[in-house]
Amino acid sequence: MPREDVKKLLRTKFMPHIWCPGCGHGIIMHAILRALADLQIPKEKICISSGIGCSSRMPGYIDACTLHTAHGRSLAFATGVKLANPELTIVNVMGDGDGTAIGGNHFIHACRRNIGITAVVMNNNIYGMTGGQASPTTPEGAFAATAPYGAIDPTFDICKLAEGAGATYVARATVAQPAMCEQILKKAIQHQKKGFAVVELVTFCHTQFGRKNKRSRPMDNFNYLKDNSVMKAKADTMTAEELKGKIIIGEFVNIEDAREYTERYDEIIARAQKA
Amino acid sequence: MAQVEFWQGNKAIAMGAIAAGCRFFGGYPITPSTEIMEVMSEELPRLGGKFVQMEDEIGGIAATIGASIAGLKAMTGSSGPGISLKQELLGYAYIAEIPMVLADVQRGGPSTGLPTKVSQADVMQAKWGTHGDHATIAYAPSSIQECYEITVKAFNMAERFRQPVLVMADEVVGHMREKIVIPEPGSFEIVNRKKPTVCPDEFVPYKADDDDIPPMAAFGDGYRWHVTGLTSNDWGFPTNEADEIDKKANRIIRKVDRCRDEIVEFKQESMEDAEIMVVSYGSVSRSALRAIRELRLEGVKVGHFRPITLWPFPDKEIAEIAKRVKHIIVPELNAGQMVGEVIKAAAGKCEVHARNLINGELYKPDQIMSFIKEVA
Repeated sequence: MPREDVKKLLRTKFMPHIWCPGCGHGIIMHAILRALADLQIPKEKICISSGIGCSSRMPGYIDACTLHTAHGRSLAFATGVKLANPELTIVNVMGDGDGTAIGGNHFIHACRRNIGITAVVMNNNIYGMTGGQASPTTPEGAFAATAPYGAIDPTFDICKLAEGAGATYVARATVAQPAMCEQILKKAIQHQKKGFAVVELVTFCHTQFGRKNKRSRPMDNFNYLKDNSVMKAKADTMTAEELKGKIIIGEFVNIEDAREYTERYDEIIARAQKA
Repeated sequence: MAQVEFWQGNKAIAMGAIAAGCRFFGGYPITPSTEIMEVMSEELPRLGGKFVQMEDEIGGIAATIGASIAGLKAMTGSSGPGISLKQELLGYAYIAEIPMVLADVQRGGPSTGLPTKVSQADVMQAKWGTHGDHATIAYAPSSIQECYEITVKAFNMAERFRQPVLVMADEVVGHMREKIVIPEPGSFEIVNRKKPTVCPDEFVPYKADDDDIPPMAAFGDGYRWHVTGLTSNDWGFPTNEADEIDKKANRIIRKVDRCRDEIVEFKQESMEDAEIMVVSYGSVSRSALRAIRELRLEGVKVGHFRPITLWPFPDKEIAEIAKRVKHIIVPELNAGQMVGEVIKAAAGKCEVHARNLINGELYKPDQIMSFIKEVA
């Protein structure tokens, strides 16, 4: 059962939720809510934004200022919200397809701008809502509704992409480590004062990905994530061969003295008003 | 002493927006509308407003909608392909009922087409460009003075009706420079969106008042609510119930339609005894008026009708005039867009002649004079 302070963040009148029984998304939502509750951010100062897809239905279930935008565009909407009201704490949730395919441009530029938004990529390696089509993170060789002979497209490493594009906090965990998800999210939300944080939370879709790839039960996926996660410190000692198929979890970037975009914009205002 | 300036149309649009209270602009560079964002990048921070150059056209309108949800009067601008790219999110703002202004400085197309050449090719795109049904409010300024005043009005309409409003200049109007008398602040109406009066726990975000328009909270002002591009019920929650869909889908059209007579604007000249009427808008109307004034001196009974709102279209008014004139001539810088509306309105009561120019040039007065002489 969720904690009382977490329950208060739920918008139960919008439930039941649309996620399949056993879906990993609930673990992520719970981790986000625990992090927000621990940080004691008033709910009218929280904005949860999202794009389109299963993961992006999350804002509806949270009793805050919630913004379900268009496919791929959530970070661009959230950029406008944050600029208009920098006091808001923005957690922007999106899927792997939503965030890195159709929304890829907004993703890299939000990283570059270093605007104070926490972007959570709920990576289940598939387009779940539309019926299991291949996404930019569908592993090579995996089967999907649009990859009936196996995927040949190389995948994105979302954390490396974020780091390369300039995000000032980047971390990854999987839903098989719920406590770690919460811990990372808490840091990533606090990082909003310094800039753009990317948290890749690897989850699963047993319904659309699992049943085509011999992991049709939720626990098959849960165990798969557990067995294949490697802490960054350990991964640093392993060879590329040993790391094949592994999911490296931990913190990759944490720039403490980064300067957040809306704060920098305030300097522009000061400069313009002096001129 | 009134402030008199010699401004470009695009600058007048930007300054009109600021006068209307616009404090956010999200955009992407594109010819021939870029000067609007350049002026905004300079003027907005002076007033504590925010300007952001986004990574693409879609990002520009997305940030604009986001800023409006967070309570600022917000604007984006574009041209040609940029307008095409913005269509999906224009639809978002219609269904989620988010006020915003889109300045469309029209250029030739399709596709990259004619970036630096004039066109009136977006008349139908403004109405039908995004998928799904909605009401459109779109203005066509024809002078620099109007660029300013119409942009103020566009914000007022956007805020009042909670939807996007388009300012549809064209390349000539956007880039032309001429005299403008800046209206004194306080001398014109400023409309702000209705705010909720109930306490946050009683707020039902899409429950409309008697005018079919729901009050709008802003993210961060104490109210918690859900915004979505899905068809939703009064709670803003996605619905598949036919009665709830019906209610929402019809309300967002009706809220504007019921005020049609108040919104529609047009200007007539020499129409009292006219047997021939020229209907034109934007830059073309400037050439048309010159042609008409010269022919009047020759005794030709010709008048001019200029729709200022392209949408809602002044169809009832044209229908009335069609009963008493013999010919209506519709010169446009497209292959024939608004003329279809004129034909519908005239309903066979008089002859309607489409005259079209799509070579990137502006109609000259003598070309329009010859169209009039052909039927006189």
